[in-house]
Amino acid sequence: MEAVVSVLSNPYYIQVVTMMGIFLIAALGLHLITGVTGQFSFGHAAFLSIGAYSSALMTIHLHTPFLLNMLAGGLMAALWGIILGFPSLRLTGDYLGITTLGFGEIVRVVFINMKITGGAGGLGGIPRETNILLVYVVVALTIWGLCRIQNSRFGRALAAIREDEIAAESMGINPLLYKIKGFALGTFFAGISGALFAHLMQYLNPADFGFAKSFEILNYVVLGGLGSIPGTILGTAVLSLAPEFLRFVKEYRMLIYGGLMVLMMIFRPYGLLGGVDFVQLYKKLKARRKARPT
Amino acid sequence: MFWQQLVNGVTLGSTYALIALGYTMVYGIIQLINFAHGEVYMIGAFAGLIMVTVYKVNFIIAILVAMLVCVPLAILIERIAYRPLRKSTRLAPLISALGVSIFLQTLVTLIKGGPNPLAFPQVIQDTVYVLGPVRFSTVQVIILVMASLLMVFLQFTVKYTKIGKAMRATSEDYEAASLMGINVNRVVSFTFAVGAALAGAGGVLVGMYFNSIHPFMGVSVGLKSFCAAVVGGIGSIPGAMLGGIFLGIAEVMGVAAGFDTYKEAIAFGLLIVVLLFKPTGLLGLPIQRKV
Repeated sequence: MEAVVSVLSNPYYIQVVTMMGIFLIAALGLHLITGVTGQFSFGHAAFLSIGAYSSALMTIHLHTPFLLNMLAGGLMAALWGIILGFPSLRLTGDYLGITTLGFGEIVRVVFINMKITGGAGGLGGIPRETNILLVYVVVALTIWGLCRIQNSRFGRALAAIREDEIAAESMGINPLLYKIKGFALGTFFAGISGALFAHLMQYLNPADFGFAKSFEILNYVVLGGLGSIPGTILGTAVLSLAPEFLRFVKEYRMLIYGGLMVLMMIFRPYGLLGGVDFVQLYKKLKARRKARPT
Repeated sequence: MFWQQLVNGVTLGSTYALIALGYTMVYGIIQLINFAHGEVYMIGAFAGLIMVTVYKVNFIIAILVAMLVCVPLAILIERIAYRPLRKSTRLAPLISALGVSIFLQTLVTLIKGGPNPLAFPQVIQDTVYVLGPVRFSTVQVIILVMASLLMVFLQFTVKYTKIGKAMRATSEDYEAASLMGINVNRVVSFTFAVGAALAGAGGVLVGMYFNSIHPFMGVSVGLKSFCAAVVGGIGSIPGAMLGGIFLGIAEVMGVAAGFDTYKEAIAFGLLIVVLLFKPTGLLGLPIQRKV
């Protein structure tokens, strides 16, 4: 018992768990784009960085309250999501993925070249505003919101686009409009996550938001189970904690991590929990309880 | 000045083109973005370095050995990480490819003992030839000659040999090709092998050109070459050559024009612009929407 308490109160572990929550928010945003709407996005980290930098700059220069800055970071990311989405969401599949990848790299290079962001040296002196409680409140709100969205008319339209775009179009859904809305929402969550990240680390560097980070978040979504919120949560938990558990193998850590990615895909190509949905699980449970004679 | 930058751009671009060919051929046949291709190129460069420093061989032999090392590696990667996933979702082999790429980067870092770059020794007497306003170094001439030879050889293989015909048939229609008695698995392996051989040669040539290699060199060059393949029209072999040279010229000219801090973004910016106006690349065929 004492061991558990000492682990739980260890600031390092709290940091790890907080970070997991932060990336979970970003992963849930990508889940809406890739898992629900079926659109590839290989540049999710760029939206994180947009949210992180804009909220951090607001905190430093405007001294506005943190929650407002966090929201602004999310909105800024969503705005760029729309700006990128309008031309690029006409493209399909891999081409969209490549465009978002290119956008991600461009954003990184622009942040390196900008004066106000501190360039390649990074942006320091951000006050610490994020704590584990706030992060998990936002996580809960995100999950709640996504469950509501997925089971609404809007969410079903997004799923229809994923299943068959032409069929969805002939049912009166404007695919481009819905895709842009979905993309904007997904990038909004990325921006929020970035804002929380900035105010936890107190230091930002464009190198932290490269294409490797984008694919890391994509991994969370795909390995957990594409299209499933519990899957995304599980994937994020497993993959963001895996490097900590693999610490004992020291320098072989990334070797094993890479190998595990291949093995997981070969044995569970649809992810750990492919196609599992909270609301449907709950309904099933309820139906089973009703069916049982009392 | 302009002509000089053009020559530098074509030299850089032809190394991109060599790597882009591997991406485009694999994509043309199994619609897979082979993200581990950049690592094959990196391992080719290291194999070449070992040959010239430890065994002190001629650079041509180093290139041939690098190609011979990369071929079985790529076939192995395909067998282990992609073939079991050929029938699953589009994202599964992509993640698997990234896993392979992390694995190989770490493996080379561990064997080498650290991520810092290694110097690639000067393997040939570097003389400068002057031709009108342009100065060529020997390395540039070698790169241009080797790259064009390899591309002509590739074009010949794809156009006039039996396996080349099988490759074209498989990329046209995978199922129909297998029904016509083509061993598609062999074609896929062969495609990976050819792409890897070109990437291995590219790795050694780049090592000779920039005199420095490191375990993560495949990431940025791989991504840019992939951009080149897409700009040219992914799946199209002449497209990859054109796209590679186009991006090489653009990058060198961009740096010469004073955008050197934006060097890494030039390829991606061009990619987005090209895709917006020509959604399947310069030489790509339009996608047909079928119900």
